[in-house]
Amino acid sequence: MTNVSPDTMTETDHGAQGGPGRKKRARASVSRERRNAAAQWAFVVPALIYIALFFAYPVIKNLVMSFQDYTASSFYTGEAPLVGFSNYVTVLSGDQFFPTLRNSLVFTVGSIVGQFSLGLLAAVFFRRRFPLSTFLRSLLLLPWLLPVIVATALWRSLMDQDSGAINTVLNALGLIDTGIPWLSSPSIALLSVIIVNIWIGIPFNVAILYGGLQDIPDELYEAASLDGAGPWRSFRSITWPLLRPTVTVVMLLGVIYTLRSLDVVLGLTRGGPANSTQTLPTLSYFQSFQQFEFGQGAATSNILIVIAFVFALFYLRTSRRDITA
Amino acid sequence: MKVPTRRKLQNKITMITAVGSISVLAACSSAGSGGGQSDSTTIRVADYYTDEPSKSIIGEMLDRCGSEAGVTIEREAVPSGDYLSKVLQQSSSKSLPDIQMLDAQDLPAIAETGALAPLSEREVSTNTIGESVLSLGTSGGELYGLAPTVGTIVMFTNTDMLQEAGVSVPETWDDLKTAAEKLTDGDRYGIAITAKNTGEATYAYLPLLWSNGGSEDDLSSREAQEALQFEVDLVKDGVASNSVVQWGNSDVGDQFLNGNAAIAIMSATQMSKLNDDPELNYEITSIPVPELGDDHVAPIGGEVWTLPRTGDDERENKAEEVLSCIVSNETQLSLAESRLVVPANPDLDEEYLKTFPHLVSYVETVRDGRSRTALLETEWPKTNQAIWEAVQSAITGQKTVSDALSDAAK
Repeated sequence: MTNVSPDTMTETDHGAQGGPGRKKRARASVSRERRNAAAQWAFVVPALIYIALFFAYPVIKNLVMSFQDYTASSFYTGEAPLVGFSNYVTVLSGDQFFPTLRNSLVFTVGSIVGQFSLGLLAAVFFRRRFPLSTFLRSLLLLPWLLPVIVATALWRSLMDQDSGAINTVLNALGLIDTGIPWLSSPSIALLSVIIVNIWIGIPFNVAILYGGLQDIPDELYEAASLDGAGPWRSFRSITWPLLRPTVTVVMLLGVIYTLRSLDVVLGLTRGGPANSTQTLPTLSYFQSFQQFEFGQGAATSNILIVIAFVFALFYLRTSRRDITA
Repeated sequence: MKVPTRRKLQNKITMITAVGSISVLAACSSAGSGGGQSDSTTIRVADYYTDEPSKSIIGEMLDRCGSEAGVTIEREAVPSGDYLSKVLQQSSSKSLPDIQMLDAQDLPAIAETGALAPLSEREVSTNTIGESVLSLGTSGGELYGLAPTVGTIVMFTNTDMLQEAGVSVPETWDDLKTAAEKLTDGDRYGIAITAKNTGEATYAYLPLLWSNGGSEDDLSSREAQEALQFEVDLVKDGVASNSVVQWGNSDVGDQFLNGNAAIAIMSATQMSKLNDDPELNYEITSIPVPELGDDHVAPIGGEVWTLPRTGDDERENKAEEVLSCIVSNETQLSLAESRLVVPANPDLDEEYLKTFPHLVSYVETVRDGRSRTALLETEWPKTNQAIWEAVQSAITGQKTVSDALSDAAK
């Protein structure tokens, strides 16, 4: 790429030295165009290589894999016979698929609603300046700094039914008589996983929403308060409409991030007890790395990609609208 | 904080695909790690002993065996969670090390790929390995890997608590149930057992299944149901915590160590943790059987060392020498004593028990033990998962014992 520019440079130099002349000027403009085109490509090519290598190749490979009988042996021999849609049939007709899909949706919706509303609350709260506000705001980022695997180990011990801190506190406050089986009851475990994921996701929401709030001019609030608007009215008529583009970004990225989240579930429950917290990513993980059915694992993750893709399209459309608006 | 851009979104989608497409990584890494094939003065070895003290114990053992064979050992210890994907990547890029350690449960799947050399084609003496231990490294009638030491699952009893409650060490299922009831007191449970949705739940269920005459290829049998019902009743009767579905071996070990459980059914390797507390008096025995006189049969587990095909004669010869040293009587004894596991060679029992006289039952359990993959081989990983799902469904009451097991038998 860099080889191109010296050549075109000398050519234009020649053009400049060789006197005026219509022909030469035309040549100069052609070469300038060519140079521009080369420069444009120089900017685009790295991105194209990046996309091809890290985006297109994995997606295509994963797609092909999902139509193959891809087992542990396939890695060594390179042989994986094509089997048509049979991996998809196996995955979709499995006992676990639909409960897992349901879990994934509940997990995603629950996490997003919780993360977003608490995140927005905190962001609005920190918009006011008060002593230690910066310090407290940075404390809020803490869950983000902890590796997920550490955070989940911590929560596992907090949520232990017999000796966990949460139950001990609830018990001391007289709120419960017997310990809540946070992670050991199939009917509660999904809720617990959502709670932990909300805790993990709040910093992301606060950080971005807080950034969005900073962009709203203070004058608007001042004007509103002169007009006698209370805090609720200011929020509804100023904050919310002006924050909307940011909200869209936070929501959609949150959905995609949560949908594909593997480590939180693996760390807390590994999809248990009795598959009650199994989500599409964990299902794919077990199919691939426990059962060595990499074709089925790929099929499951492709279904996940399609779902995520629908949200991605949403995101692209709304972000385009926000830009043009 | 910058608002994430479209690029970031693409990153995320790329990450989603990573689960299903690790072969991509394999393709990328093939160029890097395959080099240096012709250099026969270093031998590449891979294992998953990343935690102390095992990490150093194995490291020192490898260095010693390397220097005996006149080679330098280039060791790579990969965390066990990433281990298998690393093995598959390297098998894809034909860059497996000269000596590859594997969890015995994964051996049939890896052996089936053709990446490992059958030891019958190599010059490694196997006469220091007991029969049940040989079966750990066997698949499709061929021997692929050797384990210098093995472990199993046993019953730990808190001697002081049993004495206080006037209970003797249980030998049958009925004994165990009664003992657990008597030992349950306030915050303390009578018994703790692992029922986590990993191979650990299966590991704890198998001794009940096998000593009741059941088999992992017939999970809907009456024997299989009785065994699971026994385990389920421990929780239902309140002598074991509901939390057992979350507890792995290490958690059960903590419960026992903290005095939250008087009896623990768990991997014998938890011993090393218990030994740190000089106040704790405990005894190790075989897991109780249905009736007096029934056979104790427990699963044995461990790591087998295999020889991947590298296509380089000189290096393969050196690898054979190193492997022979790894399974020598001397190495077996020193590993077994430092890691509290049992040597693969039954002839070493006497010497081992001289150092650890209280581990008689442990050693006996290993000698009568069975490999989990011996019967089902490459089908084992699926059955393993089916069993832990059945155990969890039945304990949490999601399914009846018979439904849970007939689903698992599908």
